[in-house]
Amino acid sequence: MSIFEYNGSALIAMVGKNCFAIASDRRLGVQLQTIATDFQRIYKIHDKLYIGLSGLATDAQTLYQRLVFRHKLYQLREERDMKPETFASLVSAILYEKRFGPYFCQPVIAGLGDDDKPFICTMDSIGAKELAKDFVVAGTASESLYGACESMYKPDMEPEELFETISQALLSSVDRDCLSGWGGHVFVVTPTEVIERTLKGRMD
Amino acid sequence: MECVFGLVGNGFALVVADTSAVHSILVHKSNEDKIMILDSHKLLGASGESGDRVQFTEYIQKNVALYQFRNGIPLTTAAAANFTRGELATALRKSPYFVNILLAGYDKETGPSLYYMDYIATLHKIEKGAFGYGSYFSLSMMDRHYHSGMSVEEAIDLVDKCIVEIRSRLVVAPPNFVIKIVDKDGAREYAWRESIKDAAALPPTTA
Repeated sequence: MSIFEYNGSALIAMVGKNCFAIASDRRLGVQLQTIATDFQRIYKIHDKLYIGLSGLATDAQTLYQRLVFRHKLYQLREERDMKPETFASLVSAILYEKRFGPYFCQPVIAGLGDDDKPFICTMDSIGAKELAKDFVVAGTASESLYGACESMYKPDMEPEELFETISQALLSSVDRDCLSGWGGHVFVVTPTEVIERTLKGRMD
Repeated sequence: MECVFGLVGNGFALVVADTSAVHSILVHKSNEDKIMILDSHKLLGASGESGDRVQFTEYIQKNVALYQFRNGIPLTTAAAANFTRGELATALRKSPYFVNILLAGYDKETGPSLYYMDYIATLHKIEKGAFGYGSYFSLSMMDRHYHSGMSVEEAIDLVDKCIVEIRSRLVVAPPNFVIKIVDKDGAREYAWRESIKDAAALPPTTA
């Protein structure tokens, strides 16, 4: 079994009309055994920037701690929050630092940049950025997620419709993957508010 | 194979571990205590490579004590768990400790808590958890019978059910278990469940 499939994960980020949504599954497993069904994969960096970390949970936790540290330092020096594009470059640099002994994580970054324009990107475990205008996915269920998103996505969705779309894409994909699932966690972020919702899907 | 499991009840947390010290096919002793009392209100149940287990848990215990000496207040359970995870994570890509840990604690403000930490430093706060081959049986029993806010009697009853399951269904089931509890009155040994007692030492023979 690959080290990326040790814990199991599923992540999506989608762009809507002046908003974005980022969603993850909730399972924490150790290969075939499920340890917890309330594991958090999506972390807030600041009010308009979220990062989801799929892959090996220990590296996701270590990487998150390092990123929060770097962002807090940035905030102290620059006296402002980091732009999503800048943050993505930071994550990419931190991952490439470990090029020959990498963190076994695939991040999904979603944020509202200048003029509240939504920004999403993903990268592989050594920091190769992949910007997208519509959606990005990561995790053990990524192939299913690509298919589901491709068919369900349409541009310029309002927050409510975006929430429905991302939720359905996530739940239908994790149902085909034994290593991810046990519900979902969705954040829908607009310039004025953040709505956090928990999904109940097939609990297996 | 080593079995450690634990659960959180109403104002307390329990950690149960088997007490066999095994090397290959030989059982060195059957009363090895694998649940360390970290400080007045914390328990550290550990399973894995025996050298790493002892060394690492003692290291954590001494550092937790050092923090209390330096700062005058004890660490919270969450802080101790995150410190332990940090040590495991730092060592992971150098020379990893093969120790799986269940850290249970009681804090005045937040009540009882249980943290799951596997040997690659994955940390998660849980209500019930288990390590080892015994986990296949104890987790299933706990999934069936556990509910939040159990009393001590109910929890011990569940622990006994898990132990019976492990003894009857695991091919190399450990014979003895120790149960430790942590609540507002502190961390202490609760009971042993022995099915094989070590024979008392024979009196010295006279020539």
